[in-house]
Amino acid sequence: MSDPVKDKDSLKNILVVALGVCFVCAIIVSTAAVQLKPQRIANKALDRNKNILIAAGLYETGVTADAQIDTLFERFTVKVVDMQEQRYLSADEVAEVNIDPRTYDQRKAAKNPALSMALSDAQDVASISRRARYSVAYLLEQDGQVERIVLPIHGYGLWSTLYGFIALEGDGNTVAGITFYEHAETAGLGGEVDNPAWKALWQGKKIYIDDQVAFEVVKGNVDPTSAKGKYQVDALSGATLTSRGVQNMVSFWMGRDGFGPILKNLKG
Amino acid sequence: MSKNVNEVLFGPIFVNNPIGLQILGICSALAVTTKMSVALVMCIALTLVTAFSNLFISMIRNQIPSSIRIIVQMTIIASLVIVVDQILGAVAYDMSKQLTVFVGLIITNCIVMGRAEAFAMQNPPMISFLDGIGNGLGYSVVLMMVATIRELIGSGRLFGFEILPLVTNGGWYVPTGMMLLPPSAFFIIGLLIWALRSWKTEQVEEAEYEIGGHTALSRAM
Amino acid sequence: MFEYYLSLLLKAVFIENMALVFFLGMCTFIAISKKIETAIGLGIAVIVVQVITVPVNNIIFTYLLADGALAWAGLPDVDLSFLGYLSYIGVIAAIVQIMEMFLDKYVPALYNALGVFLPLITVNCAILGASLFMVNRDYNFSESVVYGVGAGIGWAIAIVALAGIREKLKYSDVPAGLRGLGITFITVGLMSLGFMSFGGISL
Repeated sequence: MSDPVKDKDSLKNILVVALGVCFVCAIIVSTAAVQLKPQRIANKALDRNKNILIAAGLYETGVTADAQIDTLFERFTVKVVDMQEQRYLSADEVAEVNIDPRTYDQRKAAKNPALSMALSDAQDVASISRRARYSVAYLLEQDGQVERIVLPIHGYGLWSTLYGFIALEGDGNTVAGITFYEHAETAGLGGEVDNPAWKALWQGKKIYIDDQVAFEVVKGNVDPTSAKGKYQVDALSGATLTSRGVQNMVSFWMGRDGFGPILKNLKG
Repeated sequence: MSKNVNEVLFGPIFVNNPIGLQILGICSALAVTTKMSVALVMCIALTLVTAFSNLFISMIRNQIPSSIRIIVQMTIIASLVIVVDQILGAVAYDMSKQLTVFVGLIITNCIVMGRAEAFAMQNPPMISFLDGIGNGLGYSVVLMMVATIRELIGSGRLFGFEILPLVTNGGWYVPTGMMLLPPSAFFIIGLLIWALRSWKTEQVEEAEYEIGGHTALSRAM
Repeated sequence: MFEYYLSLLLKAVFIENMALVFFLGMCTFIAISKKIETAIGLGIAVIVVQVITVPVNNIIFTYLLADGALAWAGLPDVDLSFLGYLSYIGVIAAIVQIMEMFLDKYVPALYNALGVFLPLITVNCAILGASLFMVNRDYNFSESVVYGVGAGIGWAIAIVALAGIREKLKYSDVPAGLRGLGITFITVGLMSLGFMSFGGISL
C-alpha cells in the first residue's frame, strides 16, 4: 500500500496535476472567451452608437428602446476623415489604409507613431499630446443634404481625459447636442458634464464667427439674448478646470487642427 | 471536523466578517461602492468566484502537491474570474465599463485566496462551497452598507433612483460630494467597524499600552 | 517628452496613488503598517516587484496576447487578450518567487525581516492592479516602466507614512471599538484626503 502523502508530492503527481489543471482551465476559459466574444464586440459598438445617437439628439435615455439603436444608427453615413489632409477618404482609400470605421479605435491609433502625430505645445490646446491621423465622422443625410454631423472629441479636464461626441447641424456651425461617454471628473462637480440639463444648454449655440472658433464656456449666467450669448454656454459651478477643459476641447477639435476645415466645406 | 451549515453560511456575516474582522478583501470594497448597482454586481461576482473556487479546489485538495499549491489555487481562481469577466462584458456591458479593472482584481482579493487556503484545502466540497457563499455574503453585507450610505448621501439616489431631490434638478438636497470621493469609504468602514465592535465586544483588540492616570492628579491623590 | 514622463510619474506617485486613491493592496497595507522598519522593507520590495512586473507584462501583452499581437509568428488574427489575467498573475508569482530566492541568497537580513510577507506580495492587489491599469490605458514600454516605478513608490510612501502615524497612535487613548483596525481606517481616510490636494498640480 503506497504512502498517500508521498504520492501527492511525487514528481509524477506534480506533473499530472499541473498539466491537468492547465488543460481544464484552458478549455473552460477559451470556450467562454470564444463563445462570448461576438456579443462583447457587438455591445461595444452598440454603446458607441448609442452615444452618437445621444449627441445627435435621436436617443433619449429611458425613453428610446435599446432595441431601436441599430435601426436609428443605420440612418448615418460613416466617413473616415484624414485629419492631416483635412478631407474625407473615399471608399477605396479607406480600404487602402485598412481601416474598418465600425471598429476603428482612434484612441489606440493616437499612440501608434505610424498612425498619429505629436502636437506642438502651441497646437495642443486640449492637452491630448498626440492626434490620430484618421478619425470618423457620422453624417445624418436626408435627401442629399447633411442634417447632422457627429464628431468624436476628447480633451483633458481636471482628473482625466473626457471622451465625447459633439453633433452639429447641417450648417456646420450650430450645435445640435453634446455628450461625454467617458471621463473620471469629480462626481457632482466636473462630473456634471453628464447632467442633461447642462447638455441641453448647448443646443442651438453657434461655434464660428468668420471661420474662427468663437465658442466659449463662461462663468456666471449667460444671457442668451445678448449678441455674444449665442456663442456661450454656462460653465459648471465649482468645476473651473473641467469647464476650461471642455472649452479647450471644443476649441481644438472645431479649430484648424481638428475638424474645422471639414466643417468649413460643409458650410460652403 | 464537520461544520454546522448555519455556522458556515451565516457566521461570516457578523461573527467572523471577512472585512470587519479578518481584514480581507478591503481593496475592492472601497473603490466600487459609489453606486449600489455597481457594488451589487461586484458582490455577486465575488460570491460566485469564492464559492466555485472553494468547490473546485476542495474537490482536488487531496491531489494537489504542496510545492505547487498556491499556483494551482491561483490558476483556478484566475480562470473563474476570466469567465465572470467575459460573461459581464457580454451580458451587462455598461456595468463592466464601470467596474473596469476591479473584476480582474478579484483574483488577488484576499477573501478568495484566504478561504481557499484556510477552508477549502481541509474540508469536503459541499461545505466549502457553502463557506464560499457565506464569506461572499459577509463581504456583500459590508459592501452594500457602505454603498447605500455613499450613494444616498453623496448623490441622493439609491440604485439610481432619486430619493433626495437634488438642487440641480429643482429640489432641496445639495449632495455631499465628499461621499463620492475615496476618503469617505475609509471613514465609513472605520465607523462601521466601531459599531460592529461595540455590538460584539469580543472582537475588540487588546490595548498595547495601559494608559496611565493623569500624573498630577495621581500625585495629589 | 521629459515633461510627459515626469507628469506620468508624479501622477502615479501622488495623484493616483495606488493605496490612497485606488485602495489597492489594502490587506497588507493595514496588516504590515505597525512598525516603520517592516513597512520600509515591504515598500522597497513592492517597488522592485512593480518595476519588473509592469514592463514584463507589457511585453507579454504587446507581443503575445493583444489582438493581432502574434502577427510576428504568422498569426495576425489571433486575440489572446482573455488570457491576460492568468498570465499577469503567473508572471507576478514567478517574479516574486525569484526575488525571494535572490534575497534569501544575497540579502538574508531583509529576507528574514520580511518573513511571510514576501510571498504575500504576489496577492497584493496593487501589483496586479498596476499591470491591469497599464493594459487598460494602453501604455507602451517606456510608459510602463515609468508607471511601474511611480506606482511602486506611491504605495511605498503611503505605507511608510501610515506606519509612522500608527507608531505614534500606539500611545493614544483610542475608544475600545476603534482600537487597531478602526482607527487605522480613519487615519488612512485622512491621508487619502490629504493626497487629493495633489490634484491641482499641472505640469
